Amino acid sequence: MSGANGSQRPDFAAIAQCVPRAAHVLDLGCGDGTLLKYLQQSRGVTGYGVEIDDAKVLACVDNGVHVIQGDLERGLAEFADGSFDFVVLSQTLQAMRNTERIVREMLRVGRAGIVTFPNFGHWKNRLQILRGRMPVSDRLPFEWFDTPNIHLCTIADFERFCAERGIRIVSRTVLSNGRPVKSLPNLLGELAVYHFSG
Amino acid sequence: MSSEHAHTASVGVVRPQTARFSEPLTLRGGMVLRGYELVYETYGRLNADRSNAVLVCHALNASHHVAGYYEDDPDNTGWWDNMIGPGKPLDTDRFFVIGVNNLGGCHGSTGPSSINPDTGRPWGGDFPVVTVEDWVDAQARLADQLGITRFAAVMGGSLGAMQALAWAIRYPDRLRHSIVIACAPNLSAQNIAFNEVARQAIITDPDFHGGAYQLQGTAPKRGLRVARMVGHITYLSDDEMASKFGRQLKHGRLGYSFDTEFQIESYLRHQGNKFADYFDANTYLRITKALDYFDPAFACGGDLSAALKDVTAGMLVVSFTTDWRFSPERSREIVRALLDNRARVTYAEIDAPHGHDAFLLEDPRYHRLVAAYFRRIAAETQA
Repeated sequence: MSGANGSQRPDFAAIAQCVPRAAHVLDLGCGDGTLLKYLQQSRGVTGYGVEIDDAKVLACVDNGVHVIQGDLERGLAEFADGSFDFVVLSQTLQAMRNTERIVREMLRVGRAGIVTFPNFGHWKNRLQILRGRMPVSDRLPFEWFDTPNIHLCTIADFERFCAERGIRIVSRTVLSNGRPVKSLPNLLGELAVYHFSG
Repeated sequence: MSSEHAHTASVGVVRPQTARFSEPLTLRGGMVLRGYELVYETYGRLNADRSNAVLVCHALNASHHVAGYYEDDPDNTGWWDNMIGPGKPLDTDRFFVIGVNNLGGCHGSTGPSSINPDTGRPWGGDFPVVTVEDWVDAQARLADQLGITRFAAVMGGSLGAMQALAWAIRYPDRLRHSIVIACAPNLSAQNIAFNEVARQAIITDPDFHGGAYQLQGTAPKRGLRVARMVGHITYLSDDEMASKFGRQLKHGRLGYSFDTEFQIESYLRHQGNKFADYFDANTYLRITKALDYFDPAFACGGDLSAALKDVTAGMLVVSFTTDWRFSPERSREIVRALLDNRARVTYAEIDAPHGHDAFLLEDPRYHRLVAAYFRRIAAETQA
């Protein structure tokens, strides 16, 4: 298992910046637990990951991360209202069938949420669409027919989604090659990190 | 599994030991046992700081014989030998493992077939009803005698898992981890119903004699047989039964009689007969009662989160998708209550076809997970 350092996934450091020390965190779709381990080590957080895949649950145990095996599409029934400081959904939103429900569940069980997703509005994606093909890139490595990403969105789309539902965006970090993007985020940003609350 | 295979990574020849206790034990039901004995086995070595001990609790019909085999009976392999041994998920090269026959049992520990010191005759039906908590209290005294103040883990499946959970509730300072497999926080009405059918089969057997059958030189074997048959129905999933037996006929044609015709009938009768030959009916009655009574939330007005508030152990909770006796939903109730308390809990739901019995079987996903969890414990305890 590789060590938990911020360079592995460019959104980790941006997520860690939103999370206060010793916060109680729920990481949805936590994979092998690398993010939680990183947050445990860098921010002293406590908490759990939720993961459906057997092999990843096993990897979490190897990584020393507390994991609850379960299907996010069924909601978060195991978790009580307001029981977490932060609920993180890292690069999973675009693969959820019921996008709206999971965001509502995040705000039910947590006081704040962090969502990261690949920005479909990035110029490389737009260019590939202009050429008449579905985008395939480092961030979106799948072909249209085998992609788990069924709900891709742009930065503008997500912000409208939040505005229409009264979800308050606390902060936003947009990244390209792991570095913050200052101007034209919806065109130049590869990855968006949103910190929001109800 | 063939015994030859089992022996390849086995703890080898094991010998049961007996611990005697003269300090009276007050049982939940109010009765006091003045003295008692517990039969147990150990595997592996207790390390210098006594931090690597793991207690394995048994379920309904099992015993202290958890792993290995006996010199004079090499085919009598321990009931969880696929889980426990050198290099196995619970690795006896690292951990010191204890299996104990519970109080009220029929494998050597004090129980209904033991002599009641007050009468000089077998206890029989007069042996008190014992509970999961009574068992755990008696196990804690065994730990005292062995000089173990804190277990690295207490582990069990089914009724054994209830003991592991009760340990985390009753003795939070005496275990680092609790491994709770195929468990439920209490029995459902349906679970109790199956137990009651089993008990009635035994009690209404004319050979039962109010539990004093030993004095009559007999045993309610017919009742015990039916009780075991009912039990076996609940241990297997519908799919597992269908794939194992389906509607297969023993003799290839219908006989229009009441002999065993379908393979499933033959299987149940075989299991019933085997069981009735070695198991004690009074013990069976008491163990089903212990199951029925287990309900840690009861003392807290049904609030399981409140019942688990003192849990400090790391908890591994495992369920099996096709277990309808103690379904994953029941394990999730335990998980939910632990999450409410911010306990250190890991929960895995193993997609296995075998129903409740899956906890005893060798499934790679299940065993890898338990192995990984024990590696974590070993790292913590330098086992």
